[in-house]
Amino acid sequence: MSSGSDLQSAPPGVLIPNTSASTGTLSSGNVVGGPTAGGPPLAPPPTPRRLPTPLRPSDFGSTDVLLLMGAALASLALVWVVFYQLTLLSGALGFLVCWYLVFVGLTWVGTAQVIERQVATDRVVAVVVVSAALLMVSLVVFIVMWVAFKAIPHVHWGSLFTRDQKHFVPSDPNILGKVGIAEAIVGTLEQVAVATIVGVPLAIATAVFLNEVGGRGVKLVRTVVTAMSGTPSIVAGIFIYSVLIYTQVIKYSGIAASLALIVILLPSVTRVVEEVLRIVPGGLREASLALGAPQWRTVWSVVLPTARSGVVTAVLLGIARIVGETAPLLFTAFGSQVMNANVFVHDQAALPLIIYSNIATPNAVDHQIAFQAAFVLMSIVLVLFVAARFFSRTKGKKSGKPSEDDLMARFFVPIPIERDDGQ
Amino acid sequence: MSVTVDLPRHVPDDSLPQPLVLPQDYGIEDRIFRGGVRAAGYFVLLLLFLIGLFLFLKGFPAYHRIGLKFLTTSGFDTLARHPVYGVLASIVGTLEVAAVAMVVGTPVAIATALFLSEYAPTWSRRTLIALVDLAAAIPSIVYGLWAVFELQDNVVGFSTWLSRHLSFIPFFRVVSPPLNASIFIAGLVVGLMIVPIVASISREVFSLAPAGEREAALALGASRWQMIRTVVLPFGRGGMIGAVMLGLGRALEETIVVSIILSQSFLFGDHILQHGGSTISQLIAINWGQGGPLGTQDLLFCGFVLFVLTLVVNLVASRIVNRSRSGAGVEL
Repeated sequence: MSSGSDLQSAPPGVLIPNTSASTGTLSSGNVVGGPTAGGPPLAPPPTPRRLPTPLRPSDFGSTDVLLLMGAALASLALVWVVFYQLTLLSGALGFLVCWYLVFVGLTWVGTAQVIERQVATDRVVAVVVVSAALLMVSLVVFIVMWVAFKAIPHVHWGSLFTRDQKHFVPSDPNILGKVGIAEAIVGTLEQVAVATIVGVPLAIATAVFLNEVGGRGVKLVRTVVTAMSGTPSIVAGIFIYSVLIYTQVIKYSGIAASLALIVILLPSVTRVVEEVLRIVPGGLREASLALGAPQWRTVWSVVLPTARSGVVTAVLLGIARIVGETAPLLFTAFGSQVMNANVFVHDQAALPLIIYSNIATPNAVDHQIAFQAAFVLMSIVLVLFVAARFFSRTKGKKSGKPSEDDLMARFFVPIPIERDDGQ
Repeated sequence: MSVTVDLPRHVPDDSLPQPLVLPQDYGIEDRIFRGGVRAAGYFVLLLLFLIGLFLFLKGFPAYHRIGLKFLTTSGFDTLARHPVYGVLASIVGTLEVAAVAMVVGTPVAIATALFLSEYAPTWSRRTLIALVDLAAAIPSIVYGLWAVFELQDNVVGFSTWLSRHLSFIPFFRVVSPPLNASIFIAGLVVGLMIVPIVASISREVFSLAPAGEREAALALGASRWQMIRTVVLPFGRGGMIGAVMLGLGRALEETIVVSIILSQSFLFGDHILQHGGSTISQLIAINWGQGGPLGTQDLLFCGFVLFVLTLVVNLVASRIVNRSRSGAGVEL
């Protein structure tokens, strides 16, 4: 109801050239009336009428820029007066929030005065939408830069990658040159490597089951995979703890961490790989089968190679996701100050764990180590992310569906896989 | 009258290529392959079942000891002579953090999704989408680090301002300062973290709104916002609701950011701006290994509660999203 009436009551002065239409009929009436009456008072020749170009709401001209700037200035002044004279003690963030709110309000009022109310609403929505997106994008860029700027000035590249924290003395002013986070880098790499080596084949096999083999239970497994990709990562950690460590099968170790990471890796990689396998044209499969190839050969030599870039994307994103997981490691790897390259026994350090434990201390040096670990971690994630985009780029264009953007989105987000067939 | 024709008998000629007879059944190799792959699929099924089972079994003694009081008590005092433990304050805190996160994150996420699908110039769209996806790839520990060292001090001022001037709203009441390490700040950061999740799904369902209806609305003279309100949002409604619920699932489970920011306290109530609070995942992460055997059982059962909570939310959400993506939830 409301939508229909809105459309009909679209701004008359703006959208429909009403005025020109009415003058048009008037003048043509004169012209037609003139010769038939033959009256002497000949109407003055109608000046060539300039049709007003219809103003569309999407037009954005100098008036609008001025309006926005005016609103920004006015709100800044207003909020500054109100804020600093009447309500102290709010900090920069509160000021920005109030400024923004007043700015949006003034933009609406201004545009409504100068142009029209519906245009004003449209403008305000555009302002809100653009600023939200701007906020998110700048937040991401800011966080990435912030970590780098916090870490890089104090990095001792030599020791960072080669020393552990065995000889850590918080009082030593030059301690950053003598310790590093090698134990955490080694720990993280090992845990992630084991999780990937075990988890990825399992995930691909599950995806092949869902998409190629089928049979009983496909729907259930698909639902479970979706549900599991939303399972809290902390639950994955305490699950491995309750199965293996609580029952004293193994002790805190890197391998326990790997198992917990598999629980997180498995459903997410499965979902993306299944999406990728869906794009492989059925004709290829049929051609292979018609040539007499058994199904395993078809999957191995035709389906998977065709989907290679997508599978690589899935795996890279999977690694990017588990490399930063902290919660499951608390209950499995436990963390350590010294180098332990054996993934199977004893507590093992990890990059996320080192950040987590170093934040809690009041020591500036500890914080510095946390920043450097975060910098290394972010670098790994960024490299994986860029590599994943690179690999997915070649494919998305040809097949079109799902696009690489959707693949990326699907990774970190438990979007259910849409299937209409009941396989 | 009938004519009988003696058709020549088919004489197999080995010199001609014979048609390939495809096997009716899967060969032994294929049976092994299909069995193995199916086993992998069922393994995932088994895994989810085992997660629920083990957390329940190992944590059950702690629940059994006090029964339903587990849900109505708050605290983690398992080493005392008369242990006091339960999840009431933690559940309330979890919901409060999630509520703040949703209030902060949902509008930003929907607006971001609208920008990406409707407003962004085509040449910039892919880069912007990548950046928003990158926000989902940043590890939560990095968000936590940033929040503690950069964001918190700024927010405390804002919290102070809220508590001074909006204290007539019950939630903004402050009984005892300080205002750092609060549920509000934790929820704010979690809210920023769920934005890419909600935005990705919403963007996808928004872009599925049919072009014909969009153009029809614009041709009738609708402004861009009117077009969005009458076409895009109604089409994407189901997907949006599902996306918000998936974001909710994420907000309920977030562990690390909340553990880093929120200092533990089992007082609960409506004062989200002030110091201290508790969520289920934070309860588990902070108190791990500090409550003796009973404490471990208690925390395992807390994990079971969290597991069930997020499982339900996620299943409902994915059902809604799926319906909306297949177009069944759309009425015109």
